[in-house]
Amino acid sequence: MIAVEKVSLAFGGVWALRDVSVRLDEGEVLGVVGPNGAGKSSLLNVISGFYKPKAGRVVYMGRDITHLPPHKRAKLGIGRTFQKTSEVFKHMTVLENVMLGAIAAQKESFLDFWGSMVWIKWAKKEVEVLRWAEEVIDFFELYAYRHKPVGSLPYGLQKKVDVARAFAGKPKVLLMDEPMSGLTREEREDVARYIIEMNHVFKLPIVLVEHDLGAVVDLARRVVVMSYGAVVAEGKPEAVLRDPAVQEVYMGKALARV
Amino acid sequence: MRRPWEGLKGDTFPKLLIERAEGKPGATALREKTLGVWRPHTWSDYLREVRSFAYGLLALGLKPGEHVAAVGFNRPFILFAQQAALALHGRSVGVYPDLLPEERAYWLDYTDVSIVVAEDQEQVDKILAVKSELPKLRAVVYWDERMMWRYRAKDVALLSWDDVVKAGAEIQSTDPDLFKKLAETTSPDDVCLILSTSGTTGRPKGVMLTYGNMLSMAKNLWEVDPVREDDEYISYLPFGWIGEQMMSLAVHMLVGFRINFVEEPETLWRDFREIAPHFMFGPARVYENFYSKIYELIEDAYGLDKAVFKWAVDVAMKKAELEMAKRPIPLTLKLQWWLAYLLAYRSVLDKLGLKRIRYAWVGGSFLGPDYLKFFRGMGVNLKRIWGMTEVSGIATVQRDGEVRPDAVGRPIANTEIKIAEDGEILVRTPAMMVGYYKRDDATAEAIRDGWLHTGDVGMFTEDGQLVYLGRMEDMQRLSDGTVFSALFIENMLKFSPYVKEALVYGEGRPHVVAILNINFETVSKWAEQRGIAYTSYQDLSQKPEIYKLLRDVVARVNESLPERIRIRRFTILFKEFHPDDGEMTRTRKLRRVFIHQRYGQLIEAMYTDAEEVEVAAPVKYEDGTVRSVTMSVKIVKL
Repeated sequence: MIAVEKVSLAFGGVWALRDVSVRLDEGEVLGVVGPNGAGKSSLLNVISGFYKPKAGRVVYMGRDITHLPPHKRAKLGIGRTFQKTSEVFKHMTVLENVMLGAIAAQKESFLDFWGSMVWIKWAKKEVEVLRWAEEVIDFFELYAYRHKPVGSLPYGLQKKVDVARAFAGKPKVLLMDEPMSGLTREEREDVARYIIEMNHVFKLPIVLVEHDLGAVVDLARRVVVMSYGAVVAEGKPEAVLRDPAVQEVYMGKALARV
Repeated sequence: MRRPWEGLKGDTFPKLLIERAEGKPGATALREKTLGVWRPHTWSDYLREVRSFAYGLLALGLKPGEHVAAVGFNRPFILFAQQAALALHGRSVGVYPDLLPEERAYWLDYTDVSIVVAEDQEQVDKILAVKSELPKLRAVVYWDERMMWRYRAKDVALLSWDDVVKAGAEIQSTDPDLFKKLAETTSPDDVCLILSTSGTTGRPKGVMLTYGNMLSMAKNLWEVDPVREDDEYISYLPFGWIGEQMMSLAVHMLVGFRINFVEEPETLWRDFREIAPHFMFGPARVYENFYSKIYELIEDAYGLDKAVFKWAVDVAMKKAELEMAKRPIPLTLKLQWWLAYLLAYRSVLDKLGLKRIRYAWVGGSFLGPDYLKFFRGMGVNLKRIWGMTEVSGIATVQRDGEVRPDAVGRPIANTEIKIAEDGEILVRTPAMMVGYYKRDDATAEAIRDGWLHTGDVGMFTEDGQLVYLGRMEDMQRLSDGTVFSALFIENMLKFSPYVKEALVYGEGRPHVVAILNINFETVSKWAEQRGIAYTSYQDLSQKPEIYKLLRDVVARVNESLPERIRIRRFTILFKEFHPDDGEMTRTRKLRRVFIHQRYGQLIEAMYTDAEEVEVAAPVKYEDGTVRSVTMSVKIVKL
């Protein structure tokens, strides 16, 4: 599905990614874990196109997309959610946010779509968009908040709206940047449920960047562990967790030996 | 007036369904909000769904006389499943969707349910959790398939609704007339529903009701308060309750209005407003919630709006009081009322979806007189009924123009009521149950000489209305012989927006005491506005300021009580009385005996000079874990 091949990324003199290769297979949930500053978010940003790598390339469904801008990658079906909720439109309602995501799934560009609303045949399109948006709202159980401005909702719900917005764009791949950070246990379980559902029912491959090791072990079929901008381990979650190199990353040398 | 069922020959639900679907196939029977839009089901859709599921039940091997239970939040599938089982000469068992595991296991086992139709994953989980205690359960069918792909079940068939329909399609194609043949041989004397008694004491019993019972009750009620074919109704109260079965099956089949199913419990307020039903029926709690909702909205309003509303409520209460006392209303009050209507009631009723209500019946539990005044004063035709599961729901209703706060109305058509020597209310009606399921002893005790002995205490007013005084076991006697109704005092306390529940006690004691639950929504707002910091319900409930707040509430109630039965001591509990902790029934009636046992020490302390006492209470969570909480509470003297 996606292959990141020998990618390096630097900010000034700091290497954010060094010679990183990662691949995502059809239909799988790939967990990416590692301590703060390990390069997890940078990796996502390279895939979605916010950062341009210094070396290496990103291949998406057999096509080199290293030089495509982010919005073109989104059009190709790479969706993503964000660590902070600053990416949802807080003054707009939940439904409007999800509809915006759904419009992105349309073949026409944003401007064409709104510009052509004057014609009746395009009004039909709006009905389609609304219908799909409502299905997404149902899927994420957001019905009670449909007409509430996103900014007025609790943080956990705002994050959920962000996921719903990304999902409404009918992505072929979903990149999730710490969807559980800052949530309560109950909310985390809720998010886990949606990840399983999206992956299973819609066969959606997901790259899950997450701090919460336990969650990743439960959800991902394969895990990549990063540290200081490099991949230190890769494989089945249980096996990876037993890897001394990984224990060292998480607990430091001294503890790992105990 | 022309009766809406004139010309219909059907005398059972399946027969009526077929007749209606053939007579007006394109008319809307049900409406369901899904994906944000109200979607209609016509009568022919209704019949088609019932028929295809009935064939599916045949494929599952459902035999005549077997029991099916449909459980979940109110959605059309519950009606489809019930009607399908009934058409095959099966019976439908009512289940409250929030029963605790052991209650659910007991109820489904006792009623011999062989197939459960569950709404979704949550309800399936709840059934599978107690499967080992249900040897007679053969199949669990689920309506909503979400997350169900992960499930494998042992010892029980676990199928989706669509699977069942598919399995039935073959029978349907080889014998397409079978459904109709079976449905048309149902008889009015067949038992169709088994519903639980409210069970304030001990295990619930299964009340067996026939089509004849249900339909006669619906007809007799219609003679008093006719509902119309083009009315809107909202179904959201549990199908385990007779009131919902009566409206959504019996009255619906007879009259043919439109039943609306809201999207989710969380969207109820919004959906209620969108439909604005023409009639509704609910226990006191429903109206208390409307009342709290109004005050929640008003609390957030600006000062001027608040002041206007306060004045408007005064006007409403005054007008309702005069009306109910059948006294003339002065012109100035009439004018004020119209002004208040334009400024306040109109928009408040519109916001709540109560603007089109022609009848709002309240029964099942006691609604404080002030609520009645409040809603009637604003123009909602709220009236009391009295009845019970054993008489298919309603036995008395207040006629328009006869509503008064202390009575529950006169018998509906073809219904006789008399009071026994000891004050017990006796009823004779064609709607009276056949008996309790597998409890002939209890049946023989309840039905004697053709009269149902209700266990309720009552008397008649001079204008022939029944006055309900309480359950026989609720009447209490102070040590000096003064008789009082704990329920009555509790309801007066509960009219305060700050009191959610109250338990009043005094049996064999020198004076009356009360245990109160605060209403967290209103009290927390009150506290916030005064800058009182709190962390949780427990913490808030024990603040000295809150004790002071409730002391004023109790003092005001005392003013309107006779000297002898005034409340002399009260305390605030640090937790709510809750059905999950066994302190209330599912219809939210207090289980007194149980509470007296659990809080015996607390009650004892209220008859001493103690000012503080330690109370231990177990709290049960929805997953069944129990945690004991110990806290000391204050005792306030009055």
